Amino acid sequence: MNRNSEVSGSNLERVLRSGEFALTGELGPPKSADRNNVIEKAKYLKGNVDAANITDNQTAIARLSSIASGVICLEQGLEPVVQITTRDRNRLAIQSDVLGAAALGIKNILCLTGDHQSFGNHPDAKNVFDIDSLQLVNMLYKMREEKIFECGDVIRNGKKGRVAEPRIFIGAAANPFAEPLDYRVMRLEKKINAGADFIQTQVIYNMERFRQWMQDVREKKLHEKVYILAGVTPLKSARMARYMKENVSGITFTEDIIRRMERAEDQKTEGRKIALEQIEELKKMEGVHGVHLMAIGGEKSVQGIAEEAGLLPRPPAVTG
Amino acid sequence: MIVSEQKPFGQIFDFVRDYNNILVLGCGTCMTVCMAGGENEVGVLSRQLKLAARHNNLNMNIDELTITRQCDREFFDENATEKINRSDVVLSLGCGVGVQYIVELFPEVIVRPGVNTRFYGANISQGLWLERCAGCGECVLDQYEGICPIARCAKSLMNGPCGGSADGMCEVDTENTECAGQLIYERFKNLNKLDELLEIKPPKNWSAGRDGGPGRIAREDMMFDE
Ligand code: SF4
Ligand code: SF4
Repeated sequence: MNRNSEVSGSNLERVLRSGEFALTGELGPPKSADRNNVIEKAKYLKGNVDAANITDNQTAIARLSSIASGVICLEQGLEPVVQITTRDRNRLAIQSDVLGAAALGIKNILCLTGDHQSFGNHPDAKNVFDIDSLQLVNMLYKMREEKIFECGDVIRNGKKGRVAEPRIFIGAAANPFAEPLDYRVMRLEKKINAGADFIQTQVIYNMERFRQWMQDVREKKLHEKVYILAGVTPLKSARMARYMKENVSGITFTEDIIRRMERAEDQKTEGRKIALEQIEELKKMEGVHGVHLMAIGGEKSVQGIAEEAGLLPRPPAVTG
Repeated sequence: MIVSEQKPFGQIFDFVRDYNNILVLGCGTCMTVCMAGGENEVGVLSRQLKLAARHNNLNMNIDELTITRQCDREFFDENATEKINRSDVVLSLGCGVGVQYIVELFPEVIVRPGVNTRFYGANISQGLWLERCAGCGECVLDQYEGICPIARCAKSLMNGPCGGSADGMCEVDTENTECAGQLIYERFKNLNKLDELLEIKPPKNWSAGRDGGPGRIAREDMMFDE
């Protein structure tokens, strides 16, 4: 992370740079060409978050492209964090898409490996995985800072062409809960070394583990080298909690959370309450620079939660 | 070795049911060791085909033979050549290489594959074979202390493990498949060199493998002048 001068001019970067506690949301593009679906969701998020992640064929299901959806969001005044996975595209396609995204005004990209295609609706597909998420972070970093493609060529159209590199604020994911546990801080460090500017973490349902992870992060002073946004998703029901606990690899739950959800009369309200408590704690946690609020299928609910968490109004968005 | 699995019998029977003279041809090397197409399997399959032919009132002569390897010219001796030339269709229980090599040597003969060629693997325990190499053409095992991330990670992650690794198992098959990233991590930990995992492994050169087009190795030192 370059803390001396602005690298991308993105709103998210400016908010983080100013020291303000950042808030990002998430928008899942539809399984159709329905642009209104994106517009509708963008309306709920606009003004309530600093930027919104646009998922890239999430859970390996073919959807409206993250870049196209990101451009629709831009038109609506919502800053996108375009997600790019290495599952579906090789280094050629990704670099081409990054140039295209930058030319269309996109300034944040989150680099992911992506869920394996066997989880999605085209399990017979050939996967790509030409590069992994770390190599993608590094590729974007070299494109921005060294102004070169992966192959080493300068990013310009011919010898006399103007060097026009993509100015991208580079994001990566971190999972404090996956195994091997003691490797997770190392992996974060690796992503920082590769060139990540900001990190969004896996959803927290195990605050004890997250606290421990952050402590390790602080010990290594990694929080001074990268902006960390902690992942929060309000649980909708005890069933959802149990399902995730059993079926989603890399997410862990404390018994306490499951118990609270099971005992609650109104589970949805309880889930929201837990999320709000988490945000309260995260706001005070040293080294956490913001929250990534993923309300699954609940773009509508973001405003209310942000409001109640005292995160509104957001700093005025700067575009351009 | 190359590890294969026999195709479903229904599919095999459909391949050959329209022919009269069928040769079931086994392979004495990899396919024998992985128990997909050696002498035993040739015998069982031939008996199954005879039964099915009788059941369907078909006139099928089923001959059987197993040669040492189907991927080497020298093992197609006189006896094999004669049997192949006499048949209308050869049901090869060799790997995909064997099937194609028979076609090359005997262009007049129809050949059908009796096995699905799966991977390069090892026989880990009785009845269990696991993939260990993907033939990427530029081996990086030195960098991973002998555990291959290309063949053994579902996403071929060179800087793994991904966030889906749990209890040492891969998210793609949490019941049966170990996470390669975790294995590599443990190996480095045991060798007291965890810090080396911090190194960012650059994108791989895939051109040495299948991505560079069909592979070719030409050793002039071994070629005869003709
Ligand atoms: S690195 Fe390549 S050649 Fe070596 S074991 Fe893995 S797939 Fe095989
Ligand atoms: S869980 Fe492990 S083996 Fe499976 S895809 Fe992730 S890193 Fe690879």
